[in-house]
Amino acid sequence: MMHSLLRDLREKLGEHVAPVATESSAEACFQIAPADIPGAVDHLRDRYQARVVTVFAEDCTVAEGVFYNYYVFEQPGDPGFLILRAAIPAGEPRFPSLAAQLPAVNWQEREIQDWFGLEATGHPNPRRVALHDNWPDVHPLRKDFALGQEMPPFAGEQHIYRPTLGEGVFQIPVGPVHAGIIEPGHFNFAVAGEPILYLQLRMFYTHKGTEKLFESMPIPRAVFLAESISGDSAFSHGTAFCQAIERAAHIELPARAEVMRVVLLELERLYNHIADIGAIATDVGFAIANAHAGRVREMVLGLNEVLTGSRLLRGMVCIGGVREDWSGAQLARLGGTIDQVEREFRDLTALVKTSDSTRDRLEKTGTLTPEKAEALGVVGVGGRASGVDRDVRRDHPYAAYARFPFCVPVYREGDVWHRMQVRMDEVRESFDIVRRAASALPGGPHCAAQQPIPADRCALSAVEGWRGEIVHWVRTGRGNRLERCKVKDPSLNNWPALVEAVEGNIIADFPVINKSFNLSYSGTDR
Amino acid sequence: MFKILQKTFSTGIATNPYPQTAALVSEHFRGRPAFDFAAWQDARPAAEACPTGAIAVRDRGLTREVAVDYGLCVFCGECARVSYTGGVRMTREFELAARSREDLRITAQYELYADGTHKRLVSTDEAGAVTAVTAEMLGREVERTVRQVLGRSLAIREVDAGSCNGCELEIVALNNPVHDIERFGIHFVASPRHADMLLVTGPVTRNMEMALRKTFDATPHPRVVAAAGACGISGGIFGASYASIGAVDRVIPVDVYIPGCPPRPEALLHGILLAVYRLVET
Repeated sequence: MMHSLLRDLREKLGEHVAPVATESSAEACFQIAPADIPGAVDHLRDRYQARVVTVFAEDCTVAEGVFYNYYVFEQPGDPGFLILRAAIPAGEPRFPSLAAQLPAVNWQEREIQDWFGLEATGHPNPRRVALHDNWPDVHPLRKDFALGQEMPPFAGEQHIYRPTLGEGVFQIPVGPVHAGIIEPGHFNFAVAGEPILYLQLRMFYTHKGTEKLFESMPIPRAVFLAESISGDSAFSHGTAFCQAIERAAHIELPARAEVMRVVLLELERLYNHIADIGAIATDVGFAIANAHAGRVREMVLGLNEVLTGSRLLRGMVCIGGVREDWSGAQLARLGGTIDQVEREFRDLTALVKTSDSTRDRLEKTGTLTPEKAEALGVVGVGGRASGVDRDVRRDHPYAAYARFPFCVPVYREGDVWHRMQVRMDEVRESFDIVRRAASALPGGPHCAAQQPIPADRCALSAVEGWRGEIVHWVRTGRGNRLERCKVKDPSLNNWPALVEAVEGNIIADFPVINKSFNLSYSGTDR
Repeated sequence: MFKILQKTFSTGIATNPYPQTAALVSEHFRGRPAFDFAAWQDARPAAEACPTGAIAVRDRGLTREVAVDYGLCVFCGECARVSYTGGVRMTREFELAARSREDLRITAQYELYADGTHKRLVSTDEAGAVTAVTAEMLGREVERTVRQVLGRSLAIREVDAGSCNGCELEIVALNNPVHDIERFGIHFVASPRHADMLLVTGPVTRNMEMALRKTFDATPHPRVVAAAGACGISGGIFGASYASIGAVDRVIPVDVYIPGCPPRPEALLHGILLAVYRLVET
């Protein structure tokens, strides 16, 4: 596959295409010239139906005098990833933008502009995204920028929103501090009466310099930082990070650890999906369903605590496996609670699905068409409700998922009702996966022996968090540290989909549409 | 409609009566790490393993100061795991909220052997380490005061000033039927202008600093501020950087600190009750 792909790329782009060594057989990497980027992406899409998973950059100017841009692709039916790398000379800090043809990379290219100072030439909307307009002219992910650099008081421009013009048309600014107990972000609605004409988003209020911070920490400590990328996905992000390190350092996971990770990844999906179903119900006034969902969710959180010492599954995953093994009593509690939660969940779904008024509010609300979902590269629950048949667990199996086949629910309607339906289906699949995994738990150790991580190794890792595709990419450094850790949360793909989905809906339905995607601000902003 | 009622009746009361009774905490729950300073033979492995620097070791010749800061602790249990010869164990204690930052710090002074292990415990300072006021005591007090002083309602405005959303999940859980914070007359409101208390999570990012200040300024007197979670108290694992200011009290004054990563709902409740107590005193 690797050789035929290289031959093909050389035919298309020229003999300068060169293979780059990778640590994992699941990754093929080729170096191309920056000018080749648009042609290569077109070719891979037309010929292989390849989709761009993520785009990111790295500063290697000290050692090699270049920045690298990485373009990660996946192809239907191929469990591996293809990575194209373009070397961008420090003296010519620009690369051709793909955003006009490929809206899915719009924000990610702008992140590269903000964080590395590389210009995405031809970008349709090259304004800042990750650093707000009032920030000074800095590029924090460059190696010559210090993590603790004292920033001058912010005095630059305020963000200018697209004007809202016309008779009876007005603007509703919301946030960053929202009315509910949720994360901060700014929504600027243009409305004509009740219907929303368009929504403009301003994110990155919770930007914490996480990717820069990764470069300052010993790897074992960085696992805890990965758990704090998005608190509701602590175990998924932690696993994605550990997997990347394990692949980079060729650490073989004990079979028991792989299965334990599957159980915990599914428990994370369970508690979040159950909470979301309740939250969607409450946003259309069905508070009782939310009360039951809150109660059932507590059962799962109690189980999490029994299995990991933390209700949110923190402090469990580690490089090489998991930190603590499970006793027979803990496993018995797992089985008993899953049975109980399943019974309660059946009642909960019956309540929601037999409520005509709920159905009336949710059907055809916040519709995202399959065409738009595909163009925007929407992932996870939001994608599967709009015809995007992707699931990392099935498409790029990790941990022990290959041993526990399951159904991936896909609908084409793309409304709030179907985003809820995807969650309901996935919850039922999760019960099944957890049961099968728990009964097939192999013996042996729960963690590989700890060893120092060799320097200058790169690896990619993808995990299907409950929200969708999480990607981590690492380059290890000397002294058990990291040179770079790229984090892509599924929310980053899906925020632009929210903008599309709310158009034409009444503003009173915005909360429920937003909740039906339930995106992470912290995961996006990092 | 009948189905809904039937489900409600068959479920019965779901509320966990904490703090009237003990919280339902699993034996596996990782609460406060407890330090037996006299038995601790070497603090260095724990300090090395701690992801946030909550355990800090400072050596001067053959003396050592060990400083523990529960405001930085993320309750991961690594300190206990690597202290093979004892001295650190994880407890199930979670009522850790404190009214001053100093109350979350403890220190110990040691004389050392040449290899850096502890020869003799010279002194300890654990003045603020144990919370004197339990939620049970507070609960009785607060129920009365909330009713009398605040007219049956304490209004809290939650502010996420940069959190990872873990604290938000547990704050949301306070409103579910199991924790049901409304039974105390405490509820969450949509605007700081309606609030008696701000419950702030962190770390405060540079991008949220101004929004946090404005929210504080919009909150009428008398008001109290509680900082929840390691990041809100101290910056936690994120600390201070080009993008993060860190602790909430670097931006606005804080009356109560609620340790945890995130604090479990009962720990939040304990902290909120402690803050109410403070509100009544002022």
